[in-house]
Amino acid sequence: MRKVDVADIAVAIAELSMDANYNLGEDVLKSLNEALKAEVSPVGKNILVQLIDNARIARDNQVPICQDTGYAVIFVELGQDVHLVGGDLYEAINQGVRKGYGEGYLRKSIVADPINRINTKDNTPAVIHIDIVPGDKVKLIMAPKGGGSENMSAVKMLTPSDGAKGVIDFIVNAVSDAGSNPCPPIVVGVGIGGTLEKAALLAKKALLRELGQSNKDSFYSAMEKEILEKVNNLGVGPQGFGGRATALAVHIETYPAHIASMPVAVNINCHAARHKERII
Amino acid sequence: MKVKKISAPLRDEDVMQLKAGDNVLISGVIYTGRDAAHKKIFDLVQSGEPLPVDFAGQMIYYVGPSPAKPSEIIGSAGPTTSGRMDAYTPMLLELGLKVCIGKGSRSQAVRDALVKHKAVYLASTGGAAALLAKTVKRADLVAYSELGPEAVYRLEVEDFPATVVNDVYGKDLYEEGRKKYEITNLKEVD
Repeated sequence: MRKVDVADIAVAIAELSMDANYNLGEDVLKSLNEALKAEVSPVGKNILVQLIDNARIARDNQVPICQDTGYAVIFVELGQDVHLVGGDLYEAINQGVRKGYGEGYLRKSIVADPINRINTKDNTPAVIHIDIVPGDKVKLIMAPKGGGSENMSAVKMLTPSDGAKGVIDFIVNAVSDAGSNPCPPIVVGVGIGGTLEKAALLAKKALLRELGQSNKDSFYSAMEKEILEKVNNLGVGPQGFGGRATALAVHIETYPAHIASMPVAVNINCHAARHKERII
Repeated sequence: MKVKKISAPLRDEDVMQLKAGDNVLISGVIYTGRDAAHKKIFDLVQSGEPLPVDFAGQMIYYVGPSPAKPSEIIGSAGPTTSGRMDAYTPMLLELGLKVCIGKGSRSQAVRDALVKHKAVYLASTGGAAALLAKTVKRADLVAYSELGPEAVYRLEVEDFPATVVNDVYGKDLYEEGRKKYEITNLKEVD
């Protein structure tokens, strides 16, 4: 058993919180530049130029890309040959979020209760997803998630007879209904199959995939392409002002389904599609 | 692209110059306020108590900035989704507010109130928060410090960029822009 001190995990989470919020991924920047070249709307072009400038300013000054520095969503892939020492893993992750959001001048956007709404003032607790995997490493992924785009997400329990068309229509309608709200150009994460919660988690995980990579299954990579074309034909465009670039990418993840069910979840991310990872 | 420059306080005739789709640069004073501040102001109006700000002729920006670093005037400061303020906006327009700034579409009730009270809704670029913060030259706390990022600040800005979405003539840039660039199967057949 390899020993890993949870204090090292806390430090990593703090650093990843700042890194993810200051430094837009190269894949996203490349995708924004490609969208700028392809954009036909002058207003849309102007917005894309602003977004690319903004990413540069944030990186140069090490300040948040967006003031909404998000819910701290943390994925942990925990090697089964790792022995965690030094305390509680969940507490260590929250300690890391507290440190990263405090020292990094990131906004504290979490309220302790969904109805009574008192701010926890340190952006904790994080939403933590842990998978046990083979090996003796710990992989941490920090994916801050803004509220504006998260609010535009949708889930539906479709039935098998709805077929591929039903799935595609549901996803395109979710993007259409979202319109200007989720800060387009967006990234569309889709989870199909499993149960209600499995589909939602797959949709979230789909947002972690590098832009430019498609589903490994040719049927689903073709579906991703078809949906991307359909949503970009909606005309929503950058910031919803009209144009081609409504979405930068559509990522689909799937899981086996019950004979009676076909759950579909759509998790929308804004153009600040943030995630950073580290392996300990 | 022609850009119109505006500053508060604004009169009806200033606002009537602004058309959906216009790019504007704002200089001078804007007030911040989002969900919690709107609710507090709404409650004060309901109970007839004095307000922390006289909104007549002024602009309000739906923003909850990230904390400022010691060397900064303000942290990153992009717009939040305006739809959540819809319930409160007609009341502020009645008080004389002339410009609200955020992102995303507004309810029909807000759009009608903008026409009625001769006011406009502008969008600034959601997620361009570091860029927008650079236009802020001064930030003073006005009310509700207990709300943290949701407190009301008086900002002085210089060439803050925004786009007119809803004008006093009932036009909506989101609807028009989308219609202009939509590709339907019907059009492909044409």
